[in-house]
Amino acid sequence: MNTTTLFFQLFQNMLVLLAAPLLLGWVNNCRAWMQGRSAAGIFQPYRSLAKLFHKDAVLAHNASPLFRHTPYLLFVSMWLAAAMVPVLAIDLPLSAAVDVIALVGIFALARVFIALAAMDIGTSFGTLGARREMLISFLAEPALLMVFFTASMIAHSTSLTTIVETLAHKQFVIHPSLAFAGIAFLMVLLAENARIPVDNPSTHLELTMIHEAMILEYSARHLALIEWASAIKLFAYITIGIALFLPFGIAEAGNWGALPFALVILALKLAAAGFGLALLESVSAKLRIFRAPEYLGTAFLLAVLGILTLNLLKV
Amino acid sequence: MNNFPVQLNELKTAIPTWHSTVDSAGFRAACATIREHGGRLIALWGSDERARGQGFALHAALMDAPGLICLSLPLAAENPAYPSIIDIFPAATRMQRAVYDLLGILAKDSPDTRKWLRHGAWPEDQFPLRKEFDLKQQYPLSGDAYPFVTVTGNGVHEIPVGPVHAGTIEPGHFRFSVIGERVLRLEERLGYKHKGVEKLAETMTIEQGAKLAGRISGDSTVAYAWAYAMAAESLASFTPEPRAVWLRALLLERERIANHLGDLGYLGNDVALAFGFAQFWRLKEDWLRCNQAVFGHRYLMDSIVPGGVTVDLKASDHGHLIKQGDLLEREVRTLRDIYEEHAGAQDRFVTTGRVKPDLAANLGLTGLAGRASAQSWDLRAQYPSAPYDQLDVRMATHRNGDVAARLIVRFEEVFESLRLCRLILDRMPGGTVFTPLPPAPDNAFGIGMVEGWRGEVLMALHSGKDNRIERLHPHDPSWLNWPLLEHAIIGNIVPDFPLINKSFNLSYSGQDL
Repeated sequence: MNTTTLFFQLFQNMLVLLAAPLLLGWVNNCRAWMQGRSAAGIFQPYRSLAKLFHKDAVLAHNASPLFRHTPYLLFVSMWLAAAMVPVLAIDLPLSAAVDVIALVGIFALARVFIALAAMDIGTSFGTLGARREMLISFLAEPALLMVFFTASMIAHSTSLTTIVETLAHKQFVIHPSLAFAGIAFLMVLLAENARIPVDNPSTHLELTMIHEAMILEYSARHLALIEWASAIKLFAYITIGIALFLPFGIAEAGNWGALPFALVILALKLAAAGFGLALLESVSAKLRIFRAPEYLGTAFLLAVLGILTLNLLKV
Repeated sequence: MNNFPVQLNELKTAIPTWHSTVDSAGFRAACATIREHGGRLIALWGSDERARGQGFALHAALMDAPGLICLSLPLAAENPAYPSIIDIFPAATRMQRAVYDLLGILAKDSPDTRKWLRHGAWPEDQFPLRKEFDLKQQYPLSGDAYPFVTVTGNGVHEIPVGPVHAGTIEPGHFRFSVIGERVLRLEERLGYKHKGVEKLAETMTIEQGAKLAGRISGDSTVAYAWAYAMAAESLASFTPEPRAVWLRALLLERERIANHLGDLGYLGNDVALAFGFAQFWRLKEDWLRCNQAVFGHRYLMDSIVPGGVTVDLKASDHGHLIKQGDLLEREVRTLRDIYEEHAGAQDRFVTTGRVKPDLAANLGLTGLAGRASAQSWDLRAQYPSAPYDQLDVRMATHRNGDVAARLIVRFEEVFESLRLCRLILDRMPGGTVFTPLPPAPDNAFGIGMVEGWRGEVLMALHSGKDNRIERLHPHDPSWLNWPLLEHAIIGNIVPDFPLINKSFNLSYSGQDL
């Protein structure tokens, strides 16, 4: 590690932090366009966050410290997860230190705390949301791990950096297993980020909510941190997808010259991914909650098929 | 009518109606006979007749094959009570409870005597609709303990929802008893929008009451205003001008289309198909703007008054309205195809929130939701008053009784209403649209009933001296349909409730009064 890579790391961290709401704004804008509504503009999430940060927080009388601290924990863990992903450059100080299993662990940590916080106040909706979140996530997590295992079997490493390096430099090698893994990953991405068809990020029907039900009791800066963390989570998931399945154009750490090019490529990839996400969400209806196990079971099955394909083709 | 246990007198009103004053035994016998005929209870209300030297009275409106039958049962001034009819018409339960809360008239032998409309805003021994109750009197808020029916068992827990919701909707409390996500029982608690409409009406003249009637349930303002006008006109034995009733029908069908478009959008929204929501609401908005441009009000409020209508069509509006209707029909047909072919949406709609026809008949499900469960009642088709008698309305029905059926009935009714609008525009007679109403006689009874977009809106009007309202009872079809919602959700999962609820889309304001 030297100062240059450290600077790269800091630059990526700030980029993730600041660009995540922009990506959310872009997705929302695309959705509005596709549905024939006039859009609020891609900077709307920043305005919402600014509004929330200016409000006074309201806490339930029986809120424990866990409830108050969870938003910070959530925010930091999502930021850390996003910082670990090789977004702009590979071989960053952080991404070398952790691997994909740790990444899944960080997501799980955040989830456990938000679910606990949701139950902390004792309202029926918090418990309802926490219960559903756990149902979704315990099915999504193995599928996500299987996706990562497919990639790590190709690269012979669970380090995300090594995986990206391997895939980025062997871009002409075709891996059919990655096609399976890619679809599985997309399904997990939708489920884990509370998107349609599993959850509806814009719903106000309290009985159908999953993610929104858990955070119903939060306000002001706490809510802002949670919303921001959700935006970062979406950003992190999309960049993981890009790193695994579309890694070309990424810069080597310390290679200053490649940075502008990498930035442009990343922006284009994110814009395309955001557009695709909005399209998927616009043409789908939300699943009945008991179809979610089928849906995530399919994701798991596809990921396993990916691993099998890989092993079959090797022999 | 032959073979009826009580003597019936025909009333002069737009819908075939008979009235009879009965005693307790006759009351129950008449109800039982109508039930045997396959008829149903529409409304139950009480009145304070002590100022006339009598006691209280209980009134019921029932629907039998020949038409509407109104029964009045005089009761004592002290401890008024009547035999409960819950065993004949289960739908009477909440109405009986509301009658007690408002007038202190007790239903004897009723298994459910919990309060219904009283939420602690007035004490238990006060009855707002009694004449001595002062409208301006404020009482300190008392507690609102309400014994919900509890479900016990291993793993059963309750989810209380509302009356304040996460979205901007009317207030109502829903108590779910669930195992996991599966609903074992739902109990509704309504009455949060009680605002004393009936008491307020008693301070008004019949003329002033029209404005109030149009504000009882904003989304049905045309239906309420027409039902009120019909009741006031029947009191005065007055027949409105032909052009006025044709215009009323046009307004009513426009109201039906606007609400159905909104609901079709909401049903898309509730399955997270935001595309459908945006499209239907765009169409609804265009429709409402056209209302504003042509009739001067987006929701057509205050267009219908006793004596006629306050709006008229210019010759230039004709082509515009026809063109807009044709355009809407094309777009709605395309959207219907999209809804029908969308596998994800259909998976949510089909079999969800099912009300089977026999249950619907037993509990008296009515209106649009009733027609989706094979309850073929539609005033416009069965008891057509002018101008529907010349329009040959085709009733839309379905047997499945699920969300999908209610969706299909809505689509069909939009198309039928568009056809009716076209016919009305083409055949509308000329002439004046308003003639002042002669004063109503004292102590007379008038009734009006109109097939609004939700179902039949009934307006019962008892006149007093000097053309004043002695007692006004507006009755929303939601009274009959809310209890069915409790049944529709049983066995479904909690996250499907908003969808099922929206597929009924019942009025809170119209029933809380």
